[in-house]
Amino acid sequence: MTTSAAEITSNGLWKNNVALVQLLGLCPLLAVTSSTINGIGLGLATMITLILSNSLVSMIRNIVRPEVRLPVFVLIIASVVTIIELSMQAWFYDLYLVLGIFIPLIVTNCSIIARAEGFASRNTIALSALDGFMMGLGFLIVLTLLGLIREVVGSGTILANADLMFGPAAALLKITLNPEYGGFLVAILPPGAFFGLALLIVGKNLIESRIMAPVVPPSAEPVLTT
Amino acid sequence: MSVISSPYISPSASTNRMMLNVLIALVPGTLAYIWYFGYGLIINLIVAISFAILFEAGVLLLRKKPLMPYLSDYSAIVTGWLFALCIPMHSPWWLIVTGIGFAMIAGKHLYGGLGFNPFNPAMVGYVVILISFPKDMTTWFLPMQVSSDSLSLMESLSFTLGLLEPQHWDALTSATPLDQYKTGLGMNLMISEIRQSPVFGDFAGVGWEWIANWWFLGGVFLLYSKTIRWHIPLAMISGLLLFSLIFYVVDPDSVASPGFHLFSGGLMLGAFFIATDPVTSATTIKGRLLYGFLIGALVIVIRRWGGYPDGVAFAVLLANMAVPLIDYYTQPRVFGVNPPQDH
Repeated sequence: MTTSAAEITSNGLWKNNVALVQLLGLCPLLAVTSSTINGIGLGLATMITLILSNSLVSMIRNIVRPEVRLPVFVLIIASVVTIIELSMQAWFYDLYLVLGIFIPLIVTNCSIIARAEGFASRNTIALSALDGFMMGLGFLIVLTLLGLIREVVGSGTILANADLMFGPAAALLKITLNPEYGGFLVAILPPGAFFGLALLIVGKNLIESRIMAPVVPPSAEPVLTT
Repeated sequence: MSVISSPYISPSASTNRMMLNVLIALVPGTLAYIWYFGYGLIINLIVAISFAILFEAGVLLLRKKPLMPYLSDYSAIVTGWLFALCIPMHSPWWLIVTGIGFAMIAGKHLYGGLGFNPFNPAMVGYVVILISFPKDMTTWFLPMQVSSDSLSLMESLSFTLGLLEPQHWDALTSATPLDQYKTGLGMNLMISEIRQSPVFGDFAGVGWEWIANWWFLGGVFLLYSKTIRWHIPLAMISGLLLFSLIFYVVDPDSVASPGFHLFSGGLMLGAFFIATDPVTSATTIKGRLLYGFLIGALVIVIRRWGGYPDGVAFAVLLANMAVPLIDYYTQPRVFGVNPPQDH
């Protein structure tokens, strides 16, 4: 099975988007996106994990016997996530505290093992890395958008706590839209994540049915659900 | 004169006849509410009902449905009216619009409109603003019989328009009796000490207990006109009384009496007007008893252990969620099918 780079890009960002179409990795997606920075932080961590795990799995795809492939993939993913977790603890300690348990939980993110099994184990290293990057970027974009929506509606700010990620100077990035806005708490609370994600999916489907019509049925690609 | 053929009995239980009965039954309690708490409720009612109709019409237009058949079934008015009764007096207009918008759009039409909504729309709207705007949703005004001063219609209107903020009117605002009871227990006060506050009357709060009596009267009219059946209100009230009685008998010093629970908060209104919503409640006889009992028990659980002073809205939504399951397990046996085994 060979795939072109353009196809990988369109699959990752739009046609087979991890969050909007495959609906994988929803628990971190719903749990941490209460602000834009949290969304970007977890999105970046997931993207790096996807790139590294896809490349590693692709490297060993001809060595591992099919009977033991899943435990091996999980081991690789867990090692990569541990590296990322330790690095975040070292360099982005405050963000690490905010994201908390959701960093180690990237291991259980279904999209990562789905890409390892469905793509990286049958494609070359370069293509697998690209696939990891594009899938991760698609996830990152959705996390950022959802975080942005929830932060604007829920507390009326944009990019609050940017200093957690980009250093103290970035605290200036915070935009307060209306200082008197009391905040619509439901957007920050868990239900807001469901409403926000549902609205994003509605938006994607609307764009597909109204603007990009006629719709071509997406190419069948094996998707693991765990 | 036109000749009509048989049958000559016209169906009496149309949607708009039922909704009209509900509106008639709401009148005495609403008048009592205004008597005790002032003009604020009239303004709340006007804002909530007109925006309920506006949102209903707007979504119907978006869904390309005919306006008149849906608007003339009064269901939007009932939702707006019940919603206005739940929220505090003198709420700012944007609070009412947000809540009723959520009720009509997310609670009702996103599920397919009247008849398809699994959750009571008025309660959905109320709960959304209750958890979103805790400060505005817990500022209640004292009954006029207790407070030293009463507000004119113009003053009430300026609260709604956001020109005045109720939080600054300390002399007129107070926690509800249920809220005082919860806070007092949190401070390790005894029931007898909590009841020293002037907002408490014979059973529950001054004003509140009489309003509850008028809701009961409206409920009797609903029963008499066969708009609702007795199972849900009776089961809900018995569930509440039973659970509160158990706790009260064990520890009467730190648990409010069953009478207090019965006449406080939204219990009476909920038992006759909200839990009995034919769309979102259970449909079988046994199911209705179970559903009502579940709400009554949950109200006590939430009032005692929950984070909010009153739990009727949450209890109704939780029970709504259980309705498909309740209906599934309480299906009556169809006559002649699977006869019971004789031994």
